[in-house]
Amino acid sequence: MDKVTLTIDSLNVVAERGMTILEAALGNGIYIPHLCYHPDLRPAGACRLCIVEIEDGQLVTASRVPVKGRIVVRTRSPEVDKMLRPIVEVLIANHHSDCRGCHSSGQCELQKIIAHLRIDRRRVRLLKLPKPEPPRDTSNPFFDFDPNKCVLCGICVRTCKNITGISAIDFINRGYATKIGTFGDKPFAHSRCESCGECVIRCPVGALIAKKAQRPKHKVKSVCPYCGVGCGFYLGTRDNVIINTQGNTDNPANKGNLCVKGRFGLTFVTSPERLTSPLIKKNGELTKVSWDEALELVAIKLTKYRGEQFALITSTKCTNEENYIAQKFARVVMNTNNIDSGARLCHTPNLRVLHETIGIGAMTNSIEEIDKTACILAIGTNITQAQPVIGFRIRKAVRNGSKLIVINPKENDLCRLANIWLRPYPVTDVALLMGICRLIVEEGLLDTTFIKKRCENFDEFKKSLDDFPLGRVERITGVPQEMIAAAARIYATIRPAAILWSTGITQHSQGTDNVFALVNLALLTGNIGKPSSGLYPLLGQNNAQGACDMGCLPGFYPGYQMVTDAEVRKKFEVAWGISLNSEPGLALTEIFQAVLEGKVKVLYIIGSEPILSMADSQKVKGALEKVAILIAQDIFSNETAKFAHVVLLAASFAEKRGTFTNMERRVQKLNKAIEPIGDSLPDWKIICELAKRLDGKGFDFSSPEEIMSEIASVAPMYGGISYNRLDKERLQWSCLTPEDLGTSILYGEQFHTPNGKAKFTPLEYKRPAETPDVDYPLILTTESNLYQQGTLSHKVAGLNILGSKNFVEINSKDAADLGVNDGNIVQVISRRGEIIAGAKVTDASPPGVVTMSFHFIENQINMLTNPALDPVAKTPAAKMCPVRIVPQT
Amino acid sequence: MVLELTKIDEIINKYGADKAFLIQVLLHVQRENRWLSKDALIHFSERLSVPLTQIYHIATFYKAFSLIPRGRHQVTVCLGTACHVRGSPHILERAQQFLGISPGGTTPDLKFSLKSVNCLGCCALGPVMVVGRKYHGKLSVSKVGEILQSYGQEE
Repeated sequence: MDKVTLTIDSLNVVAERGMTILEAALGNGIYIPHLCYHPDLRPAGACRLCIVEIEDGQLVTASRVPVKGRIVVRTRSPEVDKMLRPIVEVLIANHHSDCRGCHSSGQCELQKIIAHLRIDRRRVRLLKLPKPEPPRDTSNPFFDFDPNKCVLCGICVRTCKNITGISAIDFINRGYATKIGTFGDKPFAHSRCESCGECVIRCPVGALIAKKAQRPKHKVKSVCPYCGVGCGFYLGTRDNVIINTQGNTDNPANKGNLCVKGRFGLTFVTSPERLTSPLIKKNGELTKVSWDEALELVAIKLTKYRGEQFALITSTKCTNEENYIAQKFARVVMNTNNIDSGARLCHTPNLRVLHETIGIGAMTNSIEEIDKTACILAIGTNITQAQPVIGFRIRKAVRNGSKLIVINPKENDLCRLANIWLRPYPVTDVALLMGICRLIVEEGLLDTTFIKKRCENFDEFKKSLDDFPLGRVERITGVPQEMIAAAARIYATIRPAAILWSTGITQHSQGTDNVFALVNLALLTGNIGKPSSGLYPLLGQNNAQGACDMGCLPGFYPGYQMVTDAEVRKKFEVAWGISLNSEPGLALTEIFQAVLEGKVKVLYIIGSEPILSMADSQKVKGALEKVAILIAQDIFSNETAKFAHVVLLAASFAEKRGTFTNMERRVQKLNKAIEPIGDSLPDWKIICELAKRLDGKGFDFSSPEEIMSEIASVAPMYGGISYNRLDKERLQWSCLTPEDLGTSILYGEQFHTPNGKAKFTPLEYKRPAETPDVDYPLILTTESNLYQQGTLSHKVAGLNILGSKNFVEINSKDAADLGVNDGNIVQVISRRGEIIAGAKVTDASPPGVVTMSFHFIENQINMLTNPALDPVAKTPAAKMCPVRIVPQT
Repeated sequence: MVLELTKIDEIINKYGADKAFLIQVLLHVQRENRWLSKDALIHFSERLSVPLTQIYHIATFYKAFSLIPRGRHQVTVCLGTACHVRGSPHILERAQQFLGISPGGTTPDLKFSLKSVNCLGCCALGPVMVVGRKYHGKLSVSKVGEILQSYGQEE
């Protein structure tokens, strides 16, 4: 960077060219009063407090004027004071007068200015405007807004517009009546505010402030336990309680941003509902027992059921180390490959397809590259609700000129931003994507050199496109030909282009075909292996990627090494010192079937809630009732625990150390922030204890570091990862050796397939497993909700208030046919079950489609959904099922 | 009273659906419709890709816009110094009495809206009441009813 020297208050300071005078001064420890300046935002110069004098007595706003040449700046002079004082005095006079009791006191920029200018607050009282004091807005469960403290600097408005892209607030009215408000001046909780709190942390005074704000005593670096973005943050703690969270600006995944769940939704950790000791079912009741008693009982029971009668379901919320230990326990101690996790329900189609076609089952690029993507194709995903922090980035990218193509049957936030929104009938994605590919081939928009040099099987694929003339695609999908063509042209011509998708693609009986189609599309246009291009399978669970990496899959050892490969098995037999079962185990979905058939007799479920998360929950419930021994390991007494014979008490993410791998393959370390609640133990410790009681060898770990070094020795892509490095470096696998700096973009040189080439896959359109008919004429699709995510968010009161949306959305046309009005109670009936819900009449769902959110215990949508499996990935088709709606009278 | 969305679309199209013309579009609709309804604001936001709150910010900032229906005839009574000393508060009082609304309000039949201003710049005519575009100067309280009556009757 170019350096410039300038003089501020007769001190020579060095600044970088392009900096503003204010930044140069603050960077050199010279204070200039300011309110509307924030380092994350572009200068506004709205508060006029940063007035300084430069040559010739010229007065300028320091936050807007860049440094150039050797200018002489005076921050205090009679002229500056003459301008500055009246502004500050009016502000102070109209600012809430009492600093005592204000949580911002001590960090307040206005206090700082008063001290700096030595203004006597009593003398400015007469400047107070004769207007009534507007009431505080306390509607939001997480923060309050006090207009009497607001200095109208506009930082919150600019944050909401430029950082999150939500634009929920703005200045309203004019003159003295100006205030910060929402559309229609409604309370925050009833506006489109997403409660992310980005404005709250930037408010220079105490106008926007978190409820029950306290100053933390300790700050511990950690990683968010909610979605797969893996936002880095600091946990502020006091007296063994998490007081607040602060985004980690050094983390490339979130760059300091957080969503409502990460910022305000961690109170589940110290929820009074947390269990405090292990439980054993005695006379039909779960009774508190000691660890010794619980572990002894489990060990005795498990000895009798080694082999195929045992199955372990591990958690996508546990750390890598714990997942590694869990699969090692199943394979080494119990001698079975019956190990799987919740990733089966969303991620396995991606793993299988990406493994087969391009080599590695994970996101090809990094989250931060989305900023620079010229074209974003978002298909089957509701990003702004499920991965809000990525939503911020997409909004920003679109504002900066990126093209956005959205393919989704249901209207969501992104549709409004999109350059083009295709609205196919549910489950017709293969046809639509093949149509897009066909047009790209027909019009010669494909990347021939890339295909020739780096791909194979193109001719067969091209032939399969013959079945997809646009006319047929239009008939299948309901999307007009011209729109398909327009979308295809945008995607093919504007590069780099990235494809983002999530469960709208994978949770279908043809989930793998959908992913194949997306891979074809990316290969066809050469959008792989280059910065800001690639394939982005978005994950809903923080460690879904890590659980799979660790080998919590029935067919793979850690590092995606096949169980059936004799050489691989031998390697692990040597590493673990025991002979291993060569039969691939049962997938999550098959495990419950096997329980019902009496083949599996013991279920060990760690941190999962299959009744809520799996399709056809009635069947899952039946299996949990039937199984001879059910061991649940969780931080709460959850739905699964109700059926359990033994409940082992785990510690939450804040009470232990370990690593999570986010969806962009970034391995991130979490640190212990508080002492374990009650008798809880980290999952790895529980399993190791148990393994020792069952004479398992190789479980003598005393810390997660040791486990990580064993992982590094058996899983090549984690080969270079160690706790020492994670403290200092940001690592994404593959990271083969301690010198390897990790890989942010995969396939730059070649694909990780046996011959180094990516494979095109010919496809045909298959009808969904279950189609609507006369009895079940509507299609129910499931969707996620910003404020809810699985079982953790249910323990956070504020999230339950904001995310109580528990209704079925019906198109106005269907509602009229059915005689349903907004707010009516209706019965939703599928071939498997029925639930009761409130109706919401909306045009966000297309005619013939009704939508429900899948997070709620009270009306479990999975009572209805279809357990039909994708034949390859064995993922259930939980995304859609035919239903009928019956109004309740 | 509410302008149909198709009509609003026509206006938006006249400006090429360009967000740079947002204020022009709002003014145009305000002129045609005499107010901006919530549905209209939402429609602008969707068609012009401008955040709804930003439109609300603009619509509440400029006095030219009204977020409640305005009557067919805008009645403006000047309360500037010159008019004031010549008794304009009584004029306003009479107008309020006749119309049954206070300043800022609109009659339920949507015929009249009433407001007061601080100076119209024609002090020589004071006290002044403007109805629509017509200035009624050198007014006396007794004439107010008559004038408003005449506007009320025409159709």
